[in-house]
Amino acid sequence: MSSYNGVMSGYAVPEVLVSTAWVADHLDDPNIRLVEVDVDTKAYHEGHAPGALGWSWNTQLCDTVRRDIIPKDRFEALMAASGISNSTTVVLYGDNNNWFAAWAFWQMKIYGHEDVRLMNGGRKKWLAEGRELTLAQPAVTPVTYHAGGPDLSLRAFLPQVQAALTAGVAALVDVRSPQEFTGEILAPPGLPETCQRGGHIPGARNIPWGKTCNDDGTFKSPEELRSLYGAEGIDGSRPVIAYCRIGERSSHTWFVLKYLLGYNNVINYDGSWTEWGNLVGAAVETGAAKSAAA
Amino acid sequence: MKAEDYRERRIEIDGWEVNLASYKIGDTYYCHADNVSPGATITRAHGATREEAEQHAIEYSREHLSKTRVRAV
Repeated sequence: MSSYNGVMSGYAVPEVLVSTAWVADHLDDPNIRLVEVDVDTKAYHEGHAPGALGWSWNTQLCDTVRRDIIPKDRFEALMAASGISNSTTVVLYGDNNNWFAAWAFWQMKIYGHEDVRLMNGGRKKWLAEGRELTLAQPAVTPVTYHAGGPDLSLRAFLPQVQAALTAGVAALVDVRSPQEFTGEILAPPGLPETCQRGGHIPGARNIPWGKTCNDDGTFKSPEELRSLYGAEGIDGSRPVIAYCRIGERSSHTWFVLKYLLGYNNVINYDGSWTEWGNLVGAAVETGAAKSAAA
Repeated sequence: MKAEDYRERRIEIDGWEVNLASYKIGDTYYCHADNVSPGATITRAHGATREEAEQHAIEYSREHLSKTRVRAV
């Protein structure tokens, strides 16, 4: 993958992805706000990129009372407290190859933030390259922020998924591991089981999110990604609904399909398997996928 | 400060493949364990040496992984 000024070329929307080198060169840029969003929120406190704020996905990027993404007013408050104005360039990165950084990216797009980017390779690459770290919390001057949206064209709710399943109008992409997909396990090994049944939504294709990444955490090339999804009938010719267990791995795949491959009609079903796998009477398929998608 | 001597290796714990990423920041060694294909964090541990951090991560991982049940499909 070639890079010019740290922006990745070859992808459909290259400006949404920046390299670790680009970030290192822009640590002092006052119009850029760097934010670390980790699966394990303790990671930030080991040391983080200088100037980076840390957002906690399970307290700051969701509604902590009902199951939902962060409400609009709280999103505005988070941005304001983070010193992020509507014109700030926000660069997100995190552990697990940007799992929850992608989740944050998705929510920022739902609320209409224009310039948000992911650091390619995430925290892993930053550490592996021996780049500067700090324990210091950056000083932030609060600003005013006005959220747009929510743009619900980026988010699938259960009735929409059920309707798409009935009508056969969208491709369902299950990005969990093969053992979760088949129903052998109910959650990633070592994590709590949070659903009643194992398996997948009938007709879904299993394309694990991790297949989109190289060993160093960066995204694979456009050609490799097109080939990966194309082999399962996902080529941008029809709508795609991505899902996983709770919606964060699928936001990573949503990012890949929408921004790296440029497939416009891609939505993230964040209810995912912890919703579908707990529904009474929902259709469930177990075992391997039945046949290649049309 | 910087992360030093970043390394990754894969091991098997009670039949599950686990990726251990370890590195030193300041005077502390850290070890992050994930479950490879799902890629989820199982645990994060630290210690005075790499071996100690990894050993803690392996122990915590074994405890968590023992709760995962495999079903016949």
